[in-house]
Parts: sequence; C-alpha cells; structure tokens
Amino acid sequence: MSDNIDTKKRRTLLGATVAVGTVAGVGAVYPLLASMQPSARALAAGASVEIDISNLQIGQQVTVEWRGKPVWIVRRSKKSLEDLATLNDSLVDPNSDVPQQPEYAKNANRSIKDEFLVIVGICTHLGCVPTYRPDIAPADLGADWKGGFFCPCHGSTFDLAGRVYKGVPAPTNLVVPPYKYLSEAKLLIGEGEIT
Amino acid sequence: MKITINTFIALSFLLVGTVSFAAGNVKLDSVDIDVSDHESLQRGAKTFINYCMGCHSLSYQRYNRMADDIGINIDQLKENLIFTTDKNGKKSKDGALMKITMQKDYTEKAFGVAPPDLTVIARSNGTNWLYTYLRSFHKDEKSATGFANTVKIVSMPNVLWQLQGEQVLDKKTGKFSISKLGLQTPKEFDATIKDLVTFLSYTGEPIQQTRKTLGIWVLLFMLIFTIVAYFLKKEYWRDIH
Amino acid sequence: MMSKILNWIDLRYPLTSTWEQHLSKYYAPKNFNFWYYFGSLALLVLVIQIVTGIFLAMHFKPDAATAFASTEYIMRDVPWGWLVRYMHSTGASMFFIAIYLHMFRGLIYGSFKKPRELLWVIGMLIYVALMAEAFMGYLLPWGQMSYWGGQVIISLFGAIPAIGEPLALWIRGDFVIADATLNRFFAFHVIAIPLILVILVFVHIIALHKVGSNNPDGVNIKEHKDKNGVPLDGIPFHPYYTLKDIVGIGVFMMIFFAIVFFAPEMGGYFIEHANFIPANPMATPEHIAPLWYFTPFYAILRAVPDKFMGVVAMGAAIMILFALPWIDRGKVLSIRYRSVAYKVLIAIFVISFFVLGYLGMQPATATMTLIAQIASIAYFGFFIALFFISKNEKTGEVPKRVT
Repeated sequence: MSDNIDTKKRRTLLGATVAVGTVAGVGAVYPLLASMQPSARALAAGASVEIDISNLQIGQQVTVEWRGKPVWIVRRSKKSLEDLATLNDSLVDPNSDVPQQPEYAKNANRSIKDEFLVIVGICTHLGCVPTYRPDIAPADLGADWKGGFFCPCHGSTFDLAGRVYKGVPAPTNLVVPPYKYLSEAKLLIGEGEIT
Repeated sequence: MKITINTFIALSFLLVGTVSFAAGNVKLDSVDIDVSDHESLQRGAKTFINYCMGCHSLSYQRYNRMADDIGINIDQLKENLIFTTDKNGKKSKDGALMKITMQKDYTEKAFGVAPPDLTVIARSNGTNWLYTYLRSFHKDEKSATGFANTVKIVSMPNVLWQLQGEQVLDKKTGKFSISKLGLQTPKEFDATIKDLVTFLSYTGEPIQQTRKTLGIWVLLFMLIFTIVAYFLKKEYWRDIH
Repeated sequence: MMSKILNWIDLRYPLTSTWEQHLSKYYAPKNFNFWYYFGSLALLVLVIQIVTGIFLAMHFKPDAATAFASTEYIMRDVPWGWLVRYMHSTGASMFFIAIYLHMFRGLIYGSFKKPRELLWVIGMLIYVALMAEAFMGYLLPWGQMSYWGGQVIISLFGAIPAIGEPLALWIRGDFVIADATLNRFFAFHVIAIPLILVILVFVHIIALHKVGSNNPDGVNIKEHKDKNGVPLDGIPFHPYYTLKDIVGIGVFMMIFFAIVFFAPEMGGYFIEHANFIPANPMATPEHIAPLWYFTPFYAILRAVPDKFMGVVAMGAAIMILFALPWIDRGKVLSIRYRSVAYKVLIAIFVISFFVLGYLGMQPATATMTLIAQIASIAYFGFFIALFFISKNEKTGEVPKRVT
C-alpha cells in the first residue's frame, strides 16, 4: 500500500458515487412501488356511475356500487327533513364541519337536492355496512329514533343525513361521495361539480 | 492477444441475439411505420373500428388509453369510435377494454375458426407480414368467400374489397393487378393498410414510444454512474502495485 | 457511539468478524481480469429477478384461462408493469449469459481443480436449478411457445423406459399441459426453486471463501504470505474488488437497460414472437424452439435418432460437466501455461457449443441434423480427449507469483 493516499479525492469520489448510486436506487425502487398503485383496470372499474332516480319512491333507498363500495340514494320525506333539524343537540357534528362531504353537500341536509341523500354506506367506525332503518321509534332503537342508519357491528347510529349520534363508537359522519345531477332524474356518482 | 480473444468470445455470446429471424415462404413487403405519427394512428384506428372490429376484438386495449396515446379527446372518442356495448347492452364506457360482443360459437360456425383477438398480432406476426397479408387478397372463384390470399390460407372474407377493388393474381409472374377499381387508388389503399398496421403495432405495445424516450435518459444516467464509479475504483487501485 | 452499538451487536452476533472474514479481510488475488466480473454480475441478476419477480407475482394470475391476459394486463394496465416485466424477461437471458461466461472462466483457468472441486459441483447445481427455474417461468405467460416448449420438454421424461409416461403424467397433473401444470409450475417458480437457488448461492460463496479464489495464472497465493499471514499477491476484497465490481455492474446495467428499453424481445430471442399468441392445445406453431440458453442441449437431443437415447445424450451433456474436476487430470490450472493441444480442445469445445446453440434454434433439416451430430461428437469428444491428454500433458512453466 502506498503512503501518499489522497484522502480528500477519495472522499469526494466516494460521495459522488454514493450520491449517483442513491439516485439510481430511488429510480429503481420508484417503478416497483408505483406498480402497486391502482391499475387502469381498477380505475376503469372505479369510474363514475350513472343512476336513474325517477322511480325512487319517498322513503325508499337504493344501493349502487361505486369503486366497490355501496352508495345509497335515499329519497327523504318532508317530515324526515323537518325532523333532521331537531336532532342537532344529540349529534357529534351537526354542521358537518369535518370534511366528510364535498363542499356543495355541506349543508343542513348534506345533499345537493334536499330530498335526495347520496351517501357512502360504510360505517366510519370500522368499515361495516350499516342497515337502513327508516321506521320511527322502533323497540330496539328507542322512542327518539327518527329514522336513520344503524350499524350492526358495534351499534353506531346515524340520522337520515348520515350524521353520527353522540355516544356511539363511530367518530364522524358518513361520507358523501362526489356526485352531480346530469338531468332532473339522472345522477352521476363519482364526479362532482368543480367547486 | 489473450484479452482480444477473450473479449471476442464474450462479445459473440452477446451478439447471438441479433441474428434475424427468417421469413416464411412468401417474400414479405417491408413497411416503414412510425408509431409516433398521431394522424396515421388515428386513421388506422378508424379503419380498424369500421372494418375489423365487427369480428376482431382488441381485448387488452382500453378505449381511453388508446384515445390518450393517439391524440384524440374523450368526447371525440365517445362520439365517433365507441360502437361496442357492454354486457348490459349499454354503450361501452371509455375505460372499457375494446372487446366485442360477437358470439364465439356463431363466428366459429360462420368462418370455421373464431376470429382471433388482434391486440398483439403485430408482435407475433410482425408488421411486414400484416402489411403484405392485408394487400394480398385476390379474386378466386374456387374460394368460398370469392377471395384467396397468397400469404396465408384463410377463411377470412376480404373485408376491404370495397376500398381496394378487385385484385387479380397473375399466376405466372406472381404479380397483382386491379381488375375493378375500388373507392381508393392502389396508392391510397397501400397508405390505408400502412395506417392500419401502424395502429396494430401501437396496440401490440402501447408503451413503445415512452419506453424508448425513457431509455435514453436511463442509459445516460447509467453512463454517468459508471464513469464516477470508474474514477473511484481507479483512485483506490492506485494502492495496488 | 457507533463503536458502542457495534460492540453491543458483536457480543451477540458475529457482525464485524463476518464482515472481515468475507469482505475486508478476505484476500483475493490481485490479478483478476475481465472474466472475474461475472460472479458478482450473476448475483446481481439473481437479486433483480427476485425483486421484479415479487412485483410480477402481485399481478399475475396462474390460471390457464387468465394467465395470458394477466401478462398483457401487466404490460398495459399496471403502472410501470411493462418495465418490471421486461426487466424480468431480460434478466432471465442475462442470467444465463452471466452464468455461461462465469462457467467458461472456471473452465479455462482450472477453477474446478483441487481444492475447488466441490465449489464447481455446487456451481453446477446452481446451473441446473437455474435451468429448472427458467423453464418453469417460461410456461407462465401461457403463450404458444410457453405451451409447446413445455409440452416438448415434459415429454422428454416420457422417454424413460417403464416409468416415463406415468412420470410425465404426474409432472403435468393432467393428460396434456393444462391449468394444473401452470399452477404447480407457478408454485415452483416463485418459491421452491428460488429458495433452493438462494441457499445454493450462499453455500457456493461459503465454499469459495473456504478455499479462496483462483486467478488467471492459476497460482496459489496462499503459498507466499507476509509476516502477518496476508498473502503477498492478495488484496482485500473490500474495497478493491467491491469497487471494481461496481464499475462492472455499471457497464453491465447499461447493456441490460439497452435491451430492456430498446430491444426487449431481442429479435425474438429473449421473448419469442409466437409467445404473443395465446396457448392453443389444438395447434402447434410451425417452428418451435426453446429459448437460446437451452438450444445447445436441444440440438444434441435432436441429433440422436433414437428418442430415449436422445434424452440420455442431452442429460449426459449436462451431467458430464459435473465430472469435469475428475475428467481434467492436468496439474496446471490456467490455460496460460497449458499445452497447445489443450487450447485446441477448448476452441473445439467453444465452437461446438455455439454451433449446437445455433442449430437448436433452426428447423431440423437433414444437413442441419448432420452438422448437429458432428457438433455433438465434438462436444463429448472434448471431454474424452481432455481426459487422455491431460494425464501427461506437456505444460509450460507456471510462475511462483501472479503476473
């Protein structure tokens, strides 16, 4: 081994090689990790869904699949809408301050048109699908029940605007997906108005 | 001396891969296609969708990817290029695969074989083959479809005859001539086929353009890495006598 | 601080001593040349194959009905899937290029001779495992070549007297290559054989470090040590050879990526054209050939007119390599100091291997078969002649120290 080792030059070259090598490593890892993103097939399957709501009766609920999740459309009666306003005190987030909905659905009824609720049917607690319980004051849910959604997994309850009641495990209101009206009777779920 | 022989052997190992494939028994016309030519691709896509897609699917190709890659917008795509329907009988979505609803049983009865999917046909048969094949239909009274093909014995009808007109084969010279003019002149027809082949080359490997562009950057980067690493190695190896 | 942590670990795990034993105080001869890159390059390709393979397995469907479509799905719908797939398909061929060059290095410098016989045998086991790995992997895309290549190779087992047919049936799990075959090949390809490969490679390196690396002069560097017991002609593997190998990796990866980005099919030699047609049990492609790395042995198989004897000859062509340490009886290791006769034999061997490799890709005509027969005789003739000439070979003067 020679004694006149140019330590500085070695350091510089070593640093340069490590730097370029690190970039190469990142460049190699990126495509691998990116390949785990949703594929074109998943994106196509998750594209927006059209639904005709002209035949939906008052009080009726329909389910459509969007991105593999159930999306409910509920046509609420005048009475139900009036009831919603009276529930504020028993709700966690009555004014929908937590961004669980697009801006255009951040209102008292959490919908574009008052009558029609469009909501993702997945409990915000641990992802179960709640059941639709439009019946007023049933035995199991108590005399104060004005209709809403009940999650069978851990008993979370939501009103007919998908707002969560106090004292249940679910932390937030149900999610309102982006959606818009293509016409009076046609809904497009998955794409909203640009706000 | 030793090094040159060694290097030579090593290189010949690597070069084995470049010997080219022998063609079949028919001499193929060569076609020079440009997969980055959007207009050519758009014309090819139209020809495919209008003339071929009645029977042949592109089961691995998505409509929206095609539109993106060949430079047409989604509205034009929906308006002019989607004629297929999904399993519910609704018009195919723009993200759908370019499948067709023709029944396999039906087509097998009609043509003896099911028309193959053509997404990757350019990769199995090659663009020159496709170009020659599609221009080699000629009148033949003995054939059930009225046409025969010099490249391959096929049961496929000559769907482009309206464009090409009627082509006849001179058995002695092996040359083609047009006996009845179609909607296109022979030159225009060749261009149509070239566009179609360009489109099929695209569907065979949609990434091919991006791949080459990206490749240049990767190679340049690897070159820098190698040079830096070489100087590092050289510096350390000064220790060794 | 760092030394404290290191000390803590060293009391519980031999970290520093392992590092020293295998890298910083593993003394390799200082005269490694071009041929000595391919060991580390083969290791690099193994890593590439395992990593890309993991990500491909996330998207691939080992099901006869969907395998072909899922391969195209990877090529189109999966973000960057095309790159991962091309790296894997190119890696398969590059693996064999690296391994063949690595083996040839061992052949000409006598790296299989005492005390490295076992090292060579372990290496041969790796080679055989690699062939199995490549063969099973090639079935997965479920194209025409996958299918018919698989059909032909598995049928070879059918040539074994008495147990042949039941054996082939058992391997396939069906009367022809079918979904069951694809599914089990997937299992072997993604876990069983890679596991074996990794273990064998580990053992190969341990065996190498026990006996020490050979060198182009075939001189034993351990015979001349300084007062600290360090070989005079040895240099620590790290940093000298680690840095040198990194340069080799840079050049190799340029070639690798040139193929991946500009010629992933490599003119039909890395990905065969007919494999873009989905497997069809009813129709064989006009011309089937295995991938290039199997063609020398395939040509030997076809050169023998008898079915069973053809299989035997093909098997023998691979198996005879295991016996190389005992076939070559010469005391001198490196080609540099061996006789002209030996060099001629090596030349014949290399030529016959290339000729066989070429013929294995071509359709078998009468002339081609004749040439293949001559080349096969040359291939085996090499080993037989080597056995005899190496006994009392007139060799040159081997230097005491490396040059």
